[in-house]
Amino acid sequence: MTALTTSGVRDAAAPGRAAGRPGRPSRSPRERAGRRRRWLLTAALTAAAMVVVFPLYWMVVSALTPGGQSQSSEFYLWPDAPTTANFGEVFAQQPVWRWLGNSFFIAGVGTALSVCVSLGAGYALAKFRFRGRGLLYAAFLVTIMIPIQVTLVPSFLITARLGLVDSPWAVILPTLFDVVGIFIARQFMLGVPDALIEAARLDGAGEVRTFLRVVLPTCGPLVGVLVILGFMNRWNDFLWPLVVLQGNENLTVPVGLSTLTNSPAFTSPWGAVMAVATVAVVPLLVVFLVFQRTFVQGIASTGIK
Amino acid sequence: MSRNAEPLLQESPPRPGGRAPHRGARGPAGGAGHAPSASGRRSRWVPYAFVGPAGLLFLGFSLVPIVIAVALSFQDTATLGEGEWVGAANYATMTSDPLLRTALLNTLVFTVGTVPTAMVVGLALAIALNRPLPGRAALRALFFVPMVAAGVVVGVIMSWIFNPDYGVANNALEALGLDGLPWLTSPRTAMLTLVLVVVWTRIGFCMVIYLGALQSIPSELREAAAIDGAGRWQRLRRLTVPMLAPTTSILLILNVVFSLQAFDVIYVMTGGGPGFSTTVLIQYVFRSAFADARMGYAAALGLLLTAVLLVFTLLRQHATKRAEDLL
Repeated sequence: MTALTTSGVRDAAAPGRAAGRPGRPSRSPRERAGRRRRWLLTAALTAAAMVVVFPLYWMVVSALTPGGQSQSSEFYLWPDAPTTANFGEVFAQQPVWRWLGNSFFIAGVGTALSVCVSLGAGYALAKFRFRGRGLLYAAFLVTIMIPIQVTLVPSFLITARLGLVDSPWAVILPTLFDVVGIFIARQFMLGVPDALIEAARLDGAGEVRTFLRVVLPTCGPLVGVLVILGFMNRWNDFLWPLVVLQGNENLTVPVGLSTLTNSPAFTSPWGAVMAVATVAVVPLLVVFLVFQRTFVQGIASTGIK
Repeated sequence: MSRNAEPLLQESPPRPGGRAPHRGARGPAGGAGHAPSASGRRSRWVPYAFVGPAGLLFLGFSLVPIVIAVALSFQDTATLGEGEWVGAANYATMTSDPLLRTALLNTLVFTVGTVPTAMVVGLALAIALNRPLPGRAALRALFFVPMVAAGVVVGVIMSWIFNPDYGVANNALEALGLDGLPWLTSPRTAMLTLVLVVVWTRIGFCMVIYLGALQSIPSELREAAAIDGAGRWQRLRRLTVPMLAPTTSILLILNVVFSLQAFDVIYVMTGGGPGFSTTVLIQYVFRSAFADARMGYAAALGLLLTAVLLVFTLLRQHATKRAEDLL
């Protein structure tokens, strides 16, 4: 490709990029080569993206495949006779609606309360100087490094003492304290100008009013990130709900899903599992598509998961 | 610096009232932003009221459980509360536990298998998708999508895909005239399959972080290097990769912590088997507590894992801040 160029090294250095850049003299053979390269790269990336998305595609396809075809060693990419029978069967045999309701309640209420707690803590840690602040913040941060498996049993004991086992509150309460949320909130609140807070106080606004009417309105992006991350983590949470929820009616979607694998009760065992998996992913997929930017920012900025 | 108007994954998201004044705006009010004397005595209890709920939750659901866990690690107990104090016996057991050695080795293999692979693939995707390509916003989104799925969901999907009898992976291999692989059912291939799956969930994350960093490299630098005669490969090796070094170290730490804490996917796909071939440390902690009913030993193992994580988490704190600044 570089053989055709006249100005040697310089052109060889940037064949792919130059084509799209305005203000350069147009060199048609090079430009054509650049464009071809770009399309080749796009084609390769599209193929790679197909491979990456395939497992999720396959989840949906398998949910729509009847048992006969799914339980065979035939290779297919789309079922001969797509059907929603798997959904019908699993929804009839298992309390999937209840699981969904439980998940929405736990993720929704948990996120709402937890965001309030994090905002308050972040505000205090960022904008006030008080006795024990450094120690408290350090103690909060230390908990990030404790894997949940270490505290699983003691936490269960406490939850049992409170008489909460098998109730949605057993999942909600212990996860309300969200170190990462507090950390993000504090970082963000450090950026809220002190002058703003001072002005509100001089105007005679009370502390609560200052927080709600002056500080909070500047925190839109922060709340967006906290809500989306909080909801995603609660919706996807597995181990803790697995331990504290027991009755089949009270499970969340991921825990319910994990009880279905290898269940011979369905005409298409994997079809039924994939139907519930689809139901578990779709709400988050919708959130992701609607709030792509906040979503990506949030995940990238905190390194959760 | 970049002129693209795509809605996804841009480098400088607008943050009204947020990040912009982050560094510079402390001047006028002075100090570190505490309530000044104007609000007098009243302000003394105010911060405690704001941080109170978090503090109480921390006390009840973090601190107390941790203290109990430490106490448990010095007890020999199958059920809670009736243990016998055994001093450091649980810690002594660790030194001669062959299963622990297996678990540590598996953890090492799993971490070394997942972390660099995900990072290299993520970097390659980021470099490719940092160019002005048609449809790149959609491509970025597609590569990112697996991050959204819960570990359990990933686990069941992949168990199905790699099912030795009816899974699409073996069906495809057989359609091509090849022999199917045992995937998760053989101790020789199970770990490899898990690594593959976890890399799949992780590349989107690495890509996003690298994209943010790439977009902050001034394009003048690249152009200057090109003018000086640096080829594509040379620019990658001598300019891009060194400029990305801070990002690489952040990602390295984050990925190591993720791999050490990876539980759901392994739990659903293999449960640590076949045999002990995929029992990593965190699986072993869980197994000791719930399958073997050795709460005390499990607590001690958990604290060992905590110690390993301590090192990486301290670095992670640092990394998280840096990762935030990148976007």
